[in-house]
Amino acid sequence: MKVTLKVFRYNPENGGQPRYDVFHLDVDPNDRVLDLLEMVKGYHDGSLSYRRSCAHGICGSDAMRINGRNRLACKTLVKDLGDTIVVEPILGLPVLKDLIVDMEPFFQAYRKVMPWFINNDPPPEKERLQTPEERARFDDTTKCILCAACTTSCPVFWADGSYFGPAAIVNAHRFIFDSRDQAAEERLAILAQEEGVWRCRTSFNCTEACPREIQITKAIAEVKRAILTGDLS
Amino acid sequence: MQVHTHTYDVVVIGGGGAGLMAALYASKSAKTAVVSKLYPTRSHTGAAQGGIGAALGNLEEDHPEWHAFDTAKGSDYLGDQDAIEFMCYQAPEIVYELEHMGVPFDRTPDGKIAQRPFGGHTNNKTGKPVRRACHAADRTGHMILQTLYQQNLRQGTHFYNEFYVTDILFHEGRVAGVVAYELATGDLHVFRTKAAIIATGGWGQLWEVTSNAKTLTGDLPAVLLRRGLPLEDMEFFQFHPTGIFKLGILITEGVRGEGGVLINDLGERFMEKYAPTVKDLASRDVVSRAIYIEVREGRGIGGGKYVYLDVRPETVNKYARIDGRTRPDGSPYEVTKEELLAKLPDIIDFCKTYLGIDPMEEPIPVQPTAHYAMGGIPTTLKAEVIRDEQNTVVPGLYAAGEVACVSVHGANRLGTNSLLDIVVFGKVAGQEAAAYVTHADLPPLPADATDRTREQLERLLHGTGGEKVADIVSEMKEVMTEHVSVFRTEEGLTQALEKLQELKERYKRVSITDKSKRFNLELMEAWELGNMLDLAYVTALSALNRTESRGAHWREDHPKRDDQNWLKHTFIWLEDGKHRFAYKPVVITKWQPKERVY
Repeated sequence: MKVTLKVFRYNPENGGQPRYDVFHLDVDPNDRVLDLLEMVKGYHDGSLSYRRSCAHGICGSDAMRINGRNRLACKTLVKDLGDTIVVEPILGLPVLKDLIVDMEPFFQAYRKVMPWFINNDPPPEKERLQTPEERARFDDTTKCILCAACTTSCPVFWADGSYFGPAAIVNAHRFIFDSRDQAAEERLAILAQEEGVWRCRTSFNCTEACPREIQITKAIAEVKRAILTGDLS
Repeated sequence: MQVHTHTYDVVVIGGGGAGLMAALYASKSAKTAVVSKLYPTRSHTGAAQGGIGAALGNLEEDHPEWHAFDTAKGSDYLGDQDAIEFMCYQAPEIVYELEHMGVPFDRTPDGKIAQRPFGGHTNNKTGKPVRRACHAADRTGHMILQTLYQQNLRQGTHFYNEFYVTDILFHEGRVAGVVAYELATGDLHVFRTKAAIIATGGWGQLWEVTSNAKTLTGDLPAVLLRRGLPLEDMEFFQFHPTGIFKLGILITEGVRGEGGVLINDLGERFMEKYAPTVKDLASRDVVSRAIYIEVREGRGIGGGKYVYLDVRPETVNKYARIDGRTRPDGSPYEVTKEELLAKLPDIIDFCKTYLGIDPMEEPIPVQPTAHYAMGGIPTTLKAEVIRDEQNTVVPGLYAAGEVACVSVHGANRLGTNSLLDIVVFGKVAGQEAAAYVTHADLPPLPADATDRTREQLERLLHGTGGEKVADIVSEMKEVMTEHVSVFRTEEGLTQALEKLQELKERYKRVSITDKSKRFNLELMEAWELGNMLDLAYVTALSALNRTESRGAHWREDHPKRDDQNWLKHTFIWLEDGKHRFAYKPVVITKWQPKERVY
């Protein structure tokens, strides 16, 4: 099928201004948007720049705005978009070149919630025990691939980049509700701060944007409840 | 071009599982940096699905010795058995260590780490599949990668993300530095260091259909070739039997572990013919060849180049009954849709996204997909890189994980042994490098530290020959797929070498359009292509040279394994366009080569 691909372009080097380039491509309806970008880069304009790696929705490199919605380019098929496709960088992070944004503020927020397992007891000889139910409690938030699709779809984050954003909260949730972890209180205290969960206005944008189908708004609500009640069940 | 200089004790190149494990250990005592062309969490360890192998015996009797034997047999007896025993005996301890770091493994009803069957892993008394793969849903690699990254953050490891390593520097044969190109700025960085650990993974991008990330282009093995160091067993590249048709996206062997079966156009469960005892859970080389033969003899689905992987509950239960498969408690094995959904959520998601099918309702079209490099940078058991078949160590240089060849996988790797390899040997590399730097001084940098890198960058930036990177990449993939994949012949390999030689010539005339400094990924891809062409060339040469069939290397004109002449590792050097071979004997401790039957 024939599609019109409109891509955001920007390279501040040499004083370049933002613009959109248009490419007319003959593609398969089952092609991924990433395949279209690769086609452009390989045969039309080698200077088009974007991040990509695994190409099947696991590594989190290629989150972008596709027809106005945050998605992974490698997990979005042409047939689901129609014959006009607009690709832009995710919002709320500084654009460095074309579809590449500065991810550092995103990772900074991630690092602030202590996203690492903490249990300072001497480990047993074998595994720490955990029931299947305890393990299931935080399963959903272990799926996060740090693609930033959620955080950069959040209107609160757009308005104020100091908000930790949904991805950081998701990653805190993964440890707060892990029965083996001992630092829930510290993380809850961090998330109760000004930049934390109370900024969330429950717009559900994050949940809709997540390519891993994590129930993000629910996870944030669970963290809010844990802060209020201290209940980690 | 601006040049920045840094000084470290240890520089780890690559931020996947092996690199992060190495960094975690090295940074306990040594000043350590991780230099990676990706954000570490983008690394392809995250794509590993099914599990990590360890004889924990949580669900049934199992022993590290059984694991070691299965690995030696799976390697078609080319694996070095001292390394295999080391890895398999370390396995339980290292899986517990991962659990202590927080990896969220699935659990048994009594709270232990859950385990599932996987190809080639057997009860050595009965020959039947054993539950040895420790899993975290079907995203075990993702969980391990995230956990290792998190623990490195906790420990304060220095990361240089989106830095592309172009060269390794030596002083009198010792490691002296690492040169990297910073993608965000186009600046060069020279890392002065006492030790470097290479952990950059594989090079599946040499082929058209691959499970590998687009970034897996074999950068560092190519750097070492240019620095006059050898690569080992490059003819052995694994084709995983079940990639999604055309796309190559991996469908874990765990699907067959949970009871999925392969079906041909006649509706036959054809693996019965090829592996009567373990059937669909034979090792990967065996299953991939079986699929090729079915397709070649016209029994692909609708005569096409694929077969079905059927994991619908009714199919699973039908064949489980026929096989007499039982649960750990002795009751008959019977699955429900809900159980499969919980155990294979990502697989089901891939099928829905890319094929528009629900594997609970329809079978999955699959074909073999280029998956894993058994060969690579030769190392000792201590992860030290060696410069020849006499095991002469290159002081300060280490390699671990897929990029290395210890060799634990020999001619064919068993599923779940790659995650095990990266953590076991990543840890060894980190420990050994940290120990080495306590007594080594910091070598001086050569005066021409960045010359080679600049020369190549300038050539690519200013090339006017008009050859397109994308054209050469696609022709390379085509010829590798046609002649250097599951089945090989002298004629085909010779043709492949001629074509690759032509592509190498054309590569000298490559031109790129992007001349900017900022995120010039076109420049990086052009550089990667040079690496891939070198690796493709030594792969085809090594395959032509080995006139026998063993594991993943199947020569139709030499269809038998030849232990008399070929029970040995291939070393290949490529200098100034000329190549040279040497051979190293296989280490055999307990298991003499036998005919391999599954």
